[in-house]
Amino acid sequence: MLATTYRRPYRVRAAQVPDPVLEHPDDAIVRVTRACICGSDLHLYHGLVPDTRVGSIFGHEFTGIVEEVGANVRNLQVGDHVLVPFNVFCGTCASCSRELYGNCENVNPEATAVGGAYGYSHTAGGYDGGQAEYVRVPFADIGPTVIPPDIHIEDAVLLTDVVPTGYQAAEMGDIHENDTVVVFGAGPIGLMAARCAWLMGAGRVIVVDQYDYRLEFARRFAQAETVNFREVKDMAVHLKKMTGWRGADVCIDAVGCEADGNLVQTLVGVKMKLQAGAATALHWAINSARRGGNVSIVGVYGPTFNAVPIGSAMNKGLTLRMNQASVKRHLPHLIEHVRAGRLRPRELITHRVPLEEVDEAYHRFSAKEDGCIKTVLVPPRAGRADVAPAASSPAPVQLH
Amino acid sequence: MNPPSDRSQIPDWGVDLDPGRRPAVPMERTLPRLEGVHWERPTQQRRTVEILHSVERPGVTPVFGTSVPPSGLSGWIRRRAFRRSESDMRHWMLLLLADRVNVVEGLLDDARRSPRARAAAFGLAGAALAVWVLRRRRA
Repeated sequence: MLATTYRRPYRVRAAQVPDPVLEHPDDAIVRVTRACICGSDLHLYHGLVPDTRVGSIFGHEFTGIVEEVGANVRNLQVGDHVLVPFNVFCGTCASCSRELYGNCENVNPEATAVGGAYGYSHTAGGYDGGQAEYVRVPFADIGPTVIPPDIHIEDAVLLTDVVPTGYQAAEMGDIHENDTVVVFGAGPIGLMAARCAWLMGAGRVIVVDQYDYRLEFARRFAQAETVNFREVKDMAVHLKKMTGWRGADVCIDAVGCEADGNLVQTLVGVKMKLQAGAATALHWAINSARRGGNVSIVGVYGPTFNAVPIGSAMNKGLTLRMNQASVKRHLPHLIEHVRAGRLRPRELITHRVPLEEVDEAYHRFSAKEDGCIKTVLVPPRAGRADVAPAASSPAPVQLH
Repeated sequence: MNPPSDRSQIPDWGVDLDPGRRPAVPMERTLPRLEGVHWERPTQQRRTVEILHSVERPGVTPVFGTSVPPSGLSGWIRRRAFRRSESDMRHWMLLLLADRVNVVEGLLDDARRSPRARAAAFGLAGAALAVWVLRRRRA
């Protein structure tokens, strides 16, 4: 099959590799119909995630059609068109028993600090990803969700990560009515978090980035105020001025370890790798929040350490909340939002390209060329998946 | 910079204002609402390739990925990395080192598989041999 394989930093290749096989009685094999390139894939692409092995298949956002199921699979049938949350999770461990599916304890032997995720290095369990024609899906009875017939496939593929992560970013901010919310990063996650902040009753939503095309997108997509940090001398002072010298009630870090905006952070974190990436956005978030405010972190950082002003966070009495999104617990609610038109995730998609052109797609996204916000990959064997087929079993949206 | 938006102009403003409508509140929700689970403990996956595991857990997890098992010099370094805990900086630095070594291994592997690279290697080897033979004759 054709798959996106990692070769070296800044180089992936669409290459022929062996098809995946069932390795566990609860597995399914899924033929991928759509896959996305995520902003966090760029951390892999840039060689920043430890234990990213040459030949690994990337991709944790995908939809597909079930081709084969293991002996124990009961709830999923061959032919079902499913969206697959990026978390691999067992459903029964202590974390899953608390609905923390992004922190499953039974799926990642390599790191206890990290849950399981598709196509995200051996630090996330060593699973092959979905930027391929086929993918192995563990725990097929609980992970995948059958795509409801009225949900567009491009909305479905964004429900595997972008929408739940953006929503959870806002949710972890514990937004109250009329709160001022600052979102650092106008990538797909930041844009979705900004939109969701309004749904939770924010009074002001401010998006910070350095690319004008993304800020323009934020104004259009999320009706947000925008700040280009390249035009600002000091981010914390600027946001204090914007908020009557008080600071924001909620700051969301939707950037993670490759933030620009501070030469020392970039040099030490990204170039020299002496810390787990550049924590510039997190630094700004802590220093821009009001006393007693909340900082929500969904930006991805490496596993070692980062230089952030934790003393200021303590002195200001901030609440810091962070996690990988627990996708499955959000899905029923978010599917309803998409169905009702309250969220329109596929408006984020700017590029649709064949899987064969994945190298160029990664380069375009990494270099922020051609107005790229979100890229969807279409594998050669995707088939006619532009219209979701009638589900052969009812969509499991009964969680709430 | 643009002026603040008027919340009355925001479609669906406040539809999830009530925290009770937010699906991840409270953060730890028991009992979980997940349906379809029909096991108490996951069945152990059979190990078909070498799987490294953190020393912070007793063994491999019931389910794991089998992508790209450790091999070569990079695999040797990875095995040594996994002798140290996740809380030991050297664990991660060794893994990053192994990743870089693995890139070189990948380039060599590419060269081995590429007909052009093979031809170039044979050409270089032939030229080196010719130079060596000529030098010996002069001597």
